[in-house]
Amino acid sequence: MQYKTIDEANQAVIQHITASEPFLLDVVPAKSVISELNGKALLHSGPPTVWEKMPHPMQGSCIGAALFEGWAATEEEAQKMLENGEVTFISAHSVSAVGPMGGITSANMPVVVVENKASEKRAYCNLNEGIGAVLRFGAYNEEVINRLNWMKDVLGPALSKSLKQIDGGMNVNVLVAKAITMGDEFHQRNIAASALFLRQIVPYLITSGISEKELQEVTKFLADNDQFFLNIMMATAKSVMDTAATETEGSIVTALARNGDQFGIKVSGLGDQWFTAPVNTPDGLYFSGYSSEDATPDMGDSAITEAYGVGGMAMVAAPGVVRFVGTGGFNDAVNTSDEMREICIANNNNLQIPTWDFQGACLGIDIRKVVETGITPVINTGIAHKVAGTGQIGAGTVRVPLGCFEKALEALAEKYGVEV
Amino acid sequence: MLHTVIKKNLYQDSVSLMLLTNHLSAMDGVERISVMMGTPSNKDIMKGSGLYTDELEAASPNDLCVVAETEDVDRVIEELEDFLNNQSAASEATAYSTVRTWEMAENKLPSADLALISIAGEHAAAEANKALDRDLNVFLFSDNVSIEDELQLKQRAAEKGLMVMGPDCGTGILSGVPIAFANVIEKGNIGVVGASGTGIQEVTTIIGRNGGGVSHAIGTGGRDLALEIGALTTIQGLRVLDADPETDVIVYISKPPAPEVREKVVEVFKTLSKPVVSIFMGDKPKEQHDNVHYAWTLEDTALKALELAQTSNTSADSILADNEDLKKIKENKDQRFIKGYYCGGTLALEAAMILEDAFNLDPDAAHPEGMMLQHGEHEVIDLGDDAYTQGRAHPMIDPTFRVEKVKEAIANPKTAVLLLDNVIGYGAHDDMAGVFAPVIEKGKKEAAEQGRAFIAIASVTGTAQDPQVYQDQVDKLEAAGVIVTESNAQATKLAAAIIDSLEGEEAAETKAEKAEAADLTKASELISDKPRVINVGLTGFADTVQENGGQVVQYQWAPIAGGDKRLAAILEKLSKL
Repeated sequence: MQYKTIDEANQAVIQHITASEPFLLDVVPAKSVISELNGKALLHSGPPTVWEKMPHPMQGSCIGAALFEGWAATEEEAQKMLENGEVTFISAHSVSAVGPMGGITSANMPVVVVENKASEKRAYCNLNEGIGAVLRFGAYNEEVINRLNWMKDVLGPALSKSLKQIDGGMNVNVLVAKAITMGDEFHQRNIAASALFLRQIVPYLITSGISEKELQEVTKFLADNDQFFLNIMMATAKSVMDTAATETEGSIVTALARNGDQFGIKVSGLGDQWFTAPVNTPDGLYFSGYSSEDATPDMGDSAITEAYGVGGMAMVAAPGVVRFVGTGGFNDAVNTSDEMREICIANNNNLQIPTWDFQGACLGIDIRKVVETGITPVINTGIAHKVAGTGQIGAGTVRVPLGCFEKALEALAEKYGVEV
Repeated sequence: MLHTVIKKNLYQDSVSLMLLTNHLSAMDGVERISVMMGTPSNKDIMKGSGLYTDELEAASPNDLCVVAETEDVDRVIEELEDFLNNQSAASEATAYSTVRTWEMAENKLPSADLALISIAGEHAAAEANKALDRDLNVFLFSDNVSIEDELQLKQRAAEKGLMVMGPDCGTGILSGVPIAFANVIEKGNIGVVGASGTGIQEVTTIIGRNGGGVSHAIGTGGRDLALEIGALTTIQGLRVLDADPETDVIVYISKPPAPEVREKVVEVFKTLSKPVVSIFMGDKPKEQHDNVHYAWTLEDTALKALELAQTSNTSADSILADNEDLKKIKENKDQRFIKGYYCGGTLALEAAMILEDAFNLDPDAAHPEGMMLQHGEHEVIDLGDDAYTQGRAHPMIDPTFRVEKVKEAIANPKTAVLLLDNVIGYGAHDDMAGVFAPVIEKGKKEAAEQGRAFIAIASVTGTAQDPQVYQDQVDKLEAAGVIVTESNAQATKLAAAIIDSLEGEEAAETKAEKAEAADLTKASELISDKPRVINVGLTGFADTVQENGGQVVQYQWAPIAGGDKRLAAILEKLSKL
């Protein structure tokens, strides 16, 4: 062991997180940075999975992607192709990428490029489509495909041209530190960060040489999308957590992700392996006319935000959305973040939270503390309808299953030669 | 049928809308309901779910729209109004933090000095050890802790200067804060150590109901007097209370101990500087010896403690805290006596009675020549006795003879305290204070020239309506440096307290040499101030501490790894890598 104790190793792991310098550099077609996507391949969220085990909305996203890529002309064709195993499925996490909900990402979808300049690690995430009937929730009607095409042809290139004008790229830490003081926790609520992003990008959009019509469309799209920043946050967290994962010791969580069937976690001292357990179904609030009966089991890579220490871990930062965690109002949010602090080893002073007496966000989920206390990380999440194509029906919270941490602890005992 | 309610220009965010939907759809008689802002896409959703009415056509995106399938739309509207009016979430913050790990408990209350543990016995010793790791005193309410564990905990605590109260310790009071099962008792000057929870409660409540107060009550757990444990906590408790400035009288309550242990405890009693009232339940009380009084029932114990507590009045401490004269008197080892010269016979008798009790003297029924009390150089004389009034007017009228006695006493280097009464009213001397004030003032000056000092204490018996006017008399005496108290009893008690404090310190000094030098730093710190508690277990105990002005953090304890022994063992070993 390189360190005297696990605690010491863990300090080194979180050092990588606090020392990170993520910058948003570019928006590019996914295939240009992820070679595995050249051909009939799709990225999906969570640990590796297969078609049969995907929940219906994730399958719906695959159908949508097949239509978008032009691999199939009709839904039935796409369905058949996918069932026959003609498409390769790749866990996004294995190719430095993350994707929200179904996480389905294909060759020609634009992705953000975030680089942690402290380690030169890069991470990618597709662009946020907005809310309602969207691909990530399993919708694939004409409106969805049209929007994906517009994002490929207009939005992606416009953002790329704009970002390239910013010397060194857009400094994400600065934006995030501001937005957390404005009431965002970056998973449920990204309004402030999205507004700050828009504020920063607009001058460069104007000088990017795109047509007035496109400029109008792009600014309108960004202005209407409260969650646009989520995907940037996810890529940021991925670039940071992948850097933390370069430490080969310790017991700190470096990834949290779910594929609608299994919840998977990765741990600093345990390399690249996933420790999985069946996902839970979210608890939450539903749009009119829907209930938990209609909900899809938990899915999405967006939990990388919680691994980083925001999202549900930073509930206290976002008074506007506290009622998702219960009816106790703000006090429930304080209790949630206080509880999350029990399983972390420090506070991240780069992200001070005013509503938490300026304590920094939670930093470094220690699997030992999770097993000891039985407190599992709380994830803020959107809720998809279990029938593909319906889209989002609510939002709420979900817990990481304890089983993931128990399995990881057994592996840690083995790694360190502890026999019981 | 479908009803539509539109609230114009009432924007609600999506969370509110969802909460409202939940709330309204749970109502009896509501079949289906949709609550949304009137945006075009929301209207589409309503169409999709079959909850669309023509009234929605006119709704704007800023209007709150409700479509309900119900027979009682008025009730829905009423609930809707209620909900909107009570939007502020019922956020009731508790006064203390709740945590789930020791680490966070310390984080939230870094100054903690006590762990109050009330979890299941099989886990209690392990957690108590974790508390000792963190230099916390332990109050172990849990029972079913083995005697081996108890011994290990108490020995380890003693090495660290900490105290372990319990196991199976049901009650305690620390600086007025009730711990576990305890009653709310006024703070006072009686300290209790007890190996019996209900015994402590009975004694402290009787003290409380009779106008007394308790400084601290330290429970030891019932087995502390077993041979194996050897009264470890009892002895710590006694020593801590002996050193505590708030405590004047120590009460000890226990069930019958092992004879050897009993002997050990009694030997400790003798080394204490304060009076002890002890009850070994079931033992016939022995004769009193040294500073130790034995009682037969809990009530006797409480009443005896009260009696002793009243003669050693803590208010004296505050009066004398920075008294320069007292410091001077202290230096002069022979100067330890009270001289009381009275013109009121019954007042003299009362003074004598109080002093006899304070100094544990046998009352003397015969009072030759008005000598109400004579013990060593202490004396209280009724100058109104026939022996002094032959050929002289009564001292209430003619102060001459009393002035002589006072001058003598002041000149006597053994006099520490001069005690006087001043009975005013019709027929009495028209300005007694005016006579004595200059005498005392002069006496103080002369004493100071000789490097001495004395303290004069007086009470005035009279009212504002009396011709001499009560307050005028008080003011004159005070101007001369006399301490004037509310009553003769108080004056006398203060005199006794002064002598006690002078002797007590010396006694303590000599006794301290006898006492084993035990480190009780952290246990003493615990009672020097209101306790700062990490409460491991029953939340009710945290509430009690909070309500009584102690600081507390609630440690919501659960077995490690949910009680999975294998995982707990892995965690243990990983932490020791």
